[in-house]
Amino acid sequence: MKNQHINPVEPYLRMDRMPHIWCPGCGIGIVVNCFVRALNQSGIDPDLVSIISGIGCTGRIAGYLKLDSFHTTHGRPIPFATGLKVARPELKVLVFSGEGDLVSIGGNHLIHAARRNSDIKVFCVNNFTYAMTGGQVGPTAPIHSIATTTPYGSYDRPFNLPFLADSTGAVYVARWTTYHVRQLTRSMVEAINKPGFCFVEIIAPCPTIYQRRNRLGDGLEAMRYYKRYSRVINGANTRMVGLELKGPIIVGKFIDRDRSTLLEAMNEEFSSKLGARYQPYPTGVVR
Amino acid sequence: MGADPQGVLTGVHFLDGDHACCEGAIAAGCRAAFGYPITPSTEIVERIALRLPLVGGVFVQMEDEIASSIAIQGAAWGGKKVITVTSGPGMSLMMEHVGLAAMTETPCVFVNVQRGGPSTGLPTLPAQGDMMQARWGSHGDYEIIAISPNSPQECFDLTVHAFNLSERYRVPVLIMMDESVGHMTERVTIPHAEQIEVESRRLPEGPKEEYLPFAPGENLVPPMAPVGEGYRFHVTGLTHNEKGYPVMSPDVQDHLVRRLLDKIRLNAEDIAMVEEDQIQDADVVLVAYGITSRVVLRTLHLAREKGLKVGVFRPVVVWPFPEKRLRELAERVKAFVVVELNYGQVVLEVERIVGGRVPTVLVPHGGGALHNPEDILRVVEEAW
Repeated sequence: MKNQHINPVEPYLRMDRMPHIWCPGCGIGIVVNCFVRALNQSGIDPDLVSIISGIGCTGRIAGYLKLDSFHTTHGRPIPFATGLKVARPELKVLVFSGEGDLVSIGGNHLIHAARRNSDIKVFCVNNFTYAMTGGQVGPTAPIHSIATTTPYGSYDRPFNLPFLADSTGAVYVARWTTYHVRQLTRSMVEAINKPGFCFVEIIAPCPTIYQRRNRLGDGLEAMRYYKRYSRVINGANTRMVGLELKGPIIVGKFIDRDRSTLLEAMNEEFSSKLGARYQPYPTGVVR
Repeated sequence: MGADPQGVLTGVHFLDGDHACCEGAIAAGCRAAFGYPITPSTEIVERIALRLPLVGGVFVQMEDEIASSIAIQGAAWGGKKVITVTSGPGMSLMMEHVGLAAMTETPCVFVNVQRGGPSTGLPTLPAQGDMMQARWGSHGDYEIIAISPNSPQECFDLTVHAFNLSERYRVPVLIMMDESVGHMTERVTIPHAEQIEVESRRLPEGPKEEYLPFAPGENLVPPMAPVGEGYRFHVTGLTHNEKGYPVMSPDVQDHLVRRLLDKIRLNAEDIAMVEEDQIQDADVVLVAYGITSRVVLRTLHLAREKGLKVGVFRPVVVWPFPEKRLRELAERVKAFVVVELNYGQVVLEVERIVGGRVPTVLVPHGGGALHNPEDILRVVEEAW
């Protein structure tokens, strides 16, 4: 009887680790929810999925998903993921982490993984702050953001993540907010099934810290804001989608293009130079 | 088990230590490598890049040493035997991930072809200044294994051995070469594949849903499940219980970290590897490792010519230090003379073990060149 009422997401969660650490109104749970639904829709065997996280609130996602999961070091989930993918190309290797982890301390790995089209999928939860450590300014925080380390307001220019991923070579770039659960789920399915380096930015509220300090209201208020101020522009020029404090949020699928993955390119080069001496390496890609 | 014959270059070669190290890795079954160029280790990754694609392996030059040192761990969990190679400054960057590998019990091999330091130091010249970093460089309490080859032949043999120890104990193994050994060219004999002993990690048995990825097995080492087989396990650098779940408690911390230490400390005799020369009647024992262990052979010869009863004690595996054997010697010799290309690192361990029973004298050298054997002899003569 009990199983008839089970939440469809539950079989993919480590229920023996509940309750989780995320605050009421936090957007990360929505991301997990969307991901599990996306995984279901993708038709991928969950045994062939690995989740890689770094450090931070979003970094805890790996620990709650009942999949092969790795909670690595701060900023380094992307090179771990590249190593795993290269070793086991038949696996789907997915990175979930925050913008501080992936873009600040891990920024070098992000741009190089995009450049070489490492066949991993990066889901970057952007809440503009280092929430786990109490709310220091993040590398994407809009100018004038209040954080514990910018008590008078931030003044250095933030990264525009879709532009960064686009210009460094990602083959798939999208941005949604945690209000856009259906669109986000669809983007996750597309990214999971697309060969190459895919980057999905998810704007998420941190009501406890970022929202409160910047007088942006609670979690519900954030949802109202995302609903009112988001504009869907699929194919938007990523140069134009930078964010401002209390400004509009351009969302959508911005980039969807094809190019050889790291392992495909390796095979192409080695086969052309080495001929029969080279046994092509498995790529995990079906085109 | 013998090595996979694919990739084993059986025969007699004229190789430098860096290239021999690469061949040792391939013979050991390494099929994934990640690295970043740095003198004097670059020749290893260059040869890996040349050789791995021809034996079904893969090499990626990463964006930096930090990436290399964790990409190997992703590949290790993917089931590969993995290596990364670097030198001083790169090793400093990799240190956080030596700790991660120790904490998550990830088998992997790091090579440090030591050069003069600190900082950029002497990129093209030898030193042995990273020995304590190898032992203590990452934060927290942990144990690693560090091996110090002194010839290109040993760069081959001990690289194979490093992989075996890494797989057996699920621990990062550091191969502590130096610029001299890395760039010295000598005869290297690579045996037939079936004569090369190769070990692989133990896999779990029993139902997948009951698998505890960090429950101790034989020698306190947990069997290691591969990714993608339905075990659905969790691995974290946080303090974790046997299920792999994070637990922030002093009890779990003690249970975990104590085992991480004990699996090396309690198996120290299995891991220990020592080479001794004319030790039976020795009054004064020269203690040296790596390239320096060859320099002191000249001192030994000069001393014996003078009728001085000198012997050589060489820890081939430097960490864990072969404590038991040194303690035995301390009961009967008159003095130890420790010779190393630094201002006193391994000597601290020797002093600790000898415990003041006999004098322990250091012959330091800042690196950039090797000791003069006659300078060492003078110290030996003073030790009488």
